[in-house]
Amino acid sequence: MWTWFYKLASPPHFFGISEKMIPWFGVPGILLITWGTWNGLFVAPPDYQQGDAFRIIYVHVPSAYLSMMAYVVMAIAAGIGLIWRIKLSHAVAAAAAPLGAWFTFLALATGMIWGRPMWGTWWEWGDPRLTSELMMLFLYFGYMALHAAIDDIAKADSASAVLALVGAVNIPIIHYSVEWWSSLHQGATILRYNGPAMPTEMLVPLLINIFGFTLVFAALLLGRARTEVMYRERRKVWVRNHVLPDST
Amino acid sequence: MKPRQQRMLAFGLAAVGIAIAAALTLTAFEENMMFFVDISDVKEGSYPANRIFRVGGLVVEGSVQRKAGELEIQFDLTDLKSELTVIYEGLLPDLFREGQGIIALGRINTSGQFVADEVLAKHDEKYMPPEVADSLAKYRQEDAPAIDSGTNDP
Repeated sequence: MWTWFYKLASPPHFFGISEKMIPWFGVPGILLITWGTWNGLFVAPPDYQQGDAFRIIYVHVPSAYLSMMAYVVMAIAAGIGLIWRIKLSHAVAAAAAPLGAWFTFLALATGMIWGRPMWGTWWEWGDPRLTSELMMLFLYFGYMALHAAIDDIAKADSASAVLALVGAVNIPIIHYSVEWWSSLHQGATILRYNGPAMPTEMLVPLLINIFGFTLVFAALLLGRARTEVMYRERRKVWVRNHVLPDST
Repeated sequence: MKPRQQRMLAFGLAAVGIAIAAALTLTAFEENMMFFVDISDVKEGSYPANRIFRVGGLVVEGSVQRKAGELEIQFDLTDLKSELTVIYEGLLPDLFREGQGIIALGRINTSGQFVADEVLAKHDEKYMPPEVADSLAKYRQEDAPAIDSGTNDP
């Protein structure tokens, strides 16, 4: 029953199927992002309060969502790697870290650009949402730095995995920060008890973009993971056969 | 128990332990982590003395006063229970207007007013097109008791 799971743990098998999967994630993802962004920029109505400036939401929210989802993927992959001792899982976690860091940076940057005209400030140090999201950027950096600092890959994987798991407690903190403490950043618009606080014409392109960003992240993750696997397995025969098919 | 199950158990216990530690730490630091103090708390006197802090509230309708040609502005903030006068000299954010949520950074002066060094606007999580906002405002006005309506606006 678990054959598919354990087959997935085989680096050459993963390497083969991931090559075929990437376009199935990447192409629809890019198409969705194109449609969602165009719709968000030109078709969705302006906001009664923020005017056209609110449209940065169509990049800011998907980035922020992905920044957290990438961390969850990284933490789960790290956990699977630690518990089931599957090396490929650690490769996926290592591949996810730089992607997650970029999405976090994008979320923070678009947030600052949005905050300057709306709130009147680029950054506020006491705000719990901003602080916890920045904390996550440091956790990504920490993961990558710790991994690079340890020569033995297996030990590096384990150490970074522990860091990823300890830092996972930050994820609910980021999400609930605006509920638990007083903050400058407003509460959730989509995941609300009474339903989204946004009309359909504004909400649909946002959901499309979130989904599109997720698909593109999956494609990028598969691509990075393939490279990571190839590097880790570089002395194995299957890699040599792949790179130099005529050498055998 | 198989080694893998042992690892799972260790992992699970560690996760629970970290979550509890984080929850306890955050609860212990609750007061230090408040981004702004409520108006009612300021009125009661429970605000950090001798240092600048932030207050948050809504701008009271009709309370904005500015002398012509001067940068200094005065307005009242409310949390719908108490009111606090804020004095500020500087640039205001674009979203500043009556009824808007505002966060001001500064300190209380000897007269009990709040002298602000920085004024930020806070907006809520609701987005809507202008037409919807207008019809909502009209809907609310029609529902309100007619105290001083001397016009025949539809």
